[in-house]
Amino acid sequence: MTDLLDILANPAFWVAVLRIATPLILGTLGVLLCERAGVLNLGIEGIMVAGAFTGWLAVYAGAPLWAGVGVAALTGMVFGLLHAFLTVGLALSQHVSGLGITLLATALSYFGYRVSFPKVNTPPTITPFAPMDWLPLPILNAQTSLTLFALLLVPAIAWVLYRTPLGLALRMVGENPQAAESQGVSVAGTRTGAIVAGSALMGMAGSFLTLSAFNAFFFNMVNGRGWICVALVVFASWRPGKALLGALLFAFFDALQLRLQQSGDAVLPYQIYLMLPYLLSILALVLVARKASYPQALMKPYRKGER
Amino acid sequence: MRLERRHETSRAALVLAPVGAVLFTMLVSALLVLWAGAPVGRTYALLLQGGFGSVFAWSETLTRAIPLILTGLAATVAFKARLFNIGAEGQLFAGALAAVVVGGMHGGTGFELQPWLLFPLMMLAAAVAGALLLLGPALMKNKLGVDEVVTTLLINFIVLLGVSALLDGPMKDPTAMGWPQSVSLQPDLELGKLIEQARVHTGLLWAAALAVIVWAIFKYTVLGFDIRAVGANARAAEFAGVPVTRTVVMVALLSGALAGLAGAIEVAGRTSYVTLDMSPGYGYTGIVIAMLAGLHPLGVIAAGVFVAGVLVGADTMSRAVGVPTYIADVIVAASLIAVLVAMLLTQYRVRLK
Repeated sequence: MTDLLDILANPAFWVAVLRIATPLILGTLGVLLCERAGVLNLGIEGIMVAGAFTGWLAVYAGAPLWAGVGVAALTGMVFGLLHAFLTVGLALSQHVSGLGITLLATALSYFGYRVSFPKVNTPPTITPFAPMDWLPLPILNAQTSLTLFALLLVPAIAWVLYRTPLGLALRMVGENPQAAESQGVSVAGTRTGAIVAGSALMGMAGSFLTLSAFNAFFFNMVNGRGWICVALVVFASWRPGKALLGALLFAFFDALQLRLQQSGDAVLPYQIYLMLPYLLSILALVLVARKASYPQALMKPYRKGER
Repeated sequence: MRLERRHETSRAALVLAPVGAVLFTMLVSALLVLWAGAPVGRTYALLLQGGFGSVFAWSETLTRAIPLILTGLAATVAFKARLFNIGAEGQLFAGALAAVVVGGMHGGTGFELQPWLLFPLMMLAAAVAGALLLLGPALMKNKLGVDEVVTTLLINFIVLLGVSALLDGPMKDPTAMGWPQSVSLQPDLELGKLIEQARVHTGLLWAAALAVIVWAIFKYTVLGFDIRAVGANARAAEFAGVPVTRTVVMVALLSGALAGLAGAIEVAGRTSYVTLDMSPGYGYTGIVIAMLAGLHPLGVIAAGVFVAGVLVGADTMSRAVGVPTYIADVIVAASLIAVLVAMLLTQYRVRLK
């Protein structure tokens, strides 16, 4: 018990929480934008891998760090466009298209990595984002500007969703595309825009791993974070504020299991602690399932003039 | 852009669409070969030769195809009923583990029984383990509306960590010199070889037989009809008196059992013990195979052999011309997307306005 208090009293723990939360915040916001417009995007896991890879490769090739983040976002947008073409344009199964994109993006990234670095065992490193130690705020000053960006994005997206005509259009095509169409909103255009923007955030979420949390690209480094974002959006009832809260809560437990594992006197095999995040995600899905207010048109393809 | 439904679709188009899509994918993937700095023609020739060019290649390809056909069937059964089972990977490991628990060497795990009794028990345990793993997500989807894709995916991670913990602890083979691998199966439970001195084993016959059984279930049984009805429109099926919940449960049990058997047959036919790397993602590749086959159980055999050949051939090709083996994964994933589009084009025509 005292161990637990020690952990919680240590600022380094809260620094870790915020760091672990950052890619989850970006990814969850990305999924949220897609789903609010009525499209499930299971491409996230692969898009994060691709963003992590291309962002890192760009910086390795000499681009500035923020340009690397931009490249990662652009990579996400390309895959987002593909997902939009398949699910909005052709009305294919959103589940299958997303999984296909995850497989494709992951395979392409690993292929690209191997072609770029054929014989190396340890990947070359870059100089990642530096902490913002000029900030007069504890905990936040140990983070990089990418984390600050993610945090500021939460109110920004909330504002766009609830206070602008664009946000209204986006939510409408996710709830009732027929009504949106009759108001002169282009369902296909709005959905495509939402998927592309959301996928850009997913790419950036991946780039946080290689450009801020670590300084190189590793196989399996995304390791299910994308799927957890998909679960977090349900947990957050598709609201940006709650998405932030969910990501932080989740990161809290993830950081806690890391500390408990490190504290040495762990009674359980370390794998049990690693299971916690996934068990927690499933629990969250079950708990909120009953009152979950899915966007009404989620996963329903819209074909003009049909039905 | 808008889609118009075609009035009729020819049978030839349905067969040619996936073939054309795969060829198109190979053509586009040639760009990646060029990027890797290898001659395209030779690379593809080596790929085909390595997968299908000799008796040895066929043996390796068919060996690799066995788990892929089974996970492909698992995905086919589930997807037909619109139960998106992405958990075949975890179910495969659960089945493999159950097989070793029942049929492991004495002193480690396992029972002391006659092999003619123990073998079916082992397979049954594997099927039940896989089936139970999918039952939870299926019921959560049906009763609570929890998306099964996310739950089955997350369960994969949990199962793999659980297997890892077991291989470090209670199920670790003490004679494995520190490697995290389970105790071995009793030798008399292992599947026989199909060809002398090659790896391909009688699991292939199991996989083929199960494909035919699944096909027969779809075609000739009430369950098969119910599965198709639920897959087409669950609400309409409910109105028409189809027992939706019971069908979903049956589908989950059948799909999970097939994936569980994939694990047991891998253990009995190839590895004889469980390791964490016994499956390089067979569960996920099974989804692609099911889609390539257009969710047709017999097509799964062809698609499974094709994908296995590409994966096996990529190893040989990579050693010879240095193009990374990941090109096989790119071809498989891109084929999935291309086939989806091609199959759509057999049913709709695209009008650009």
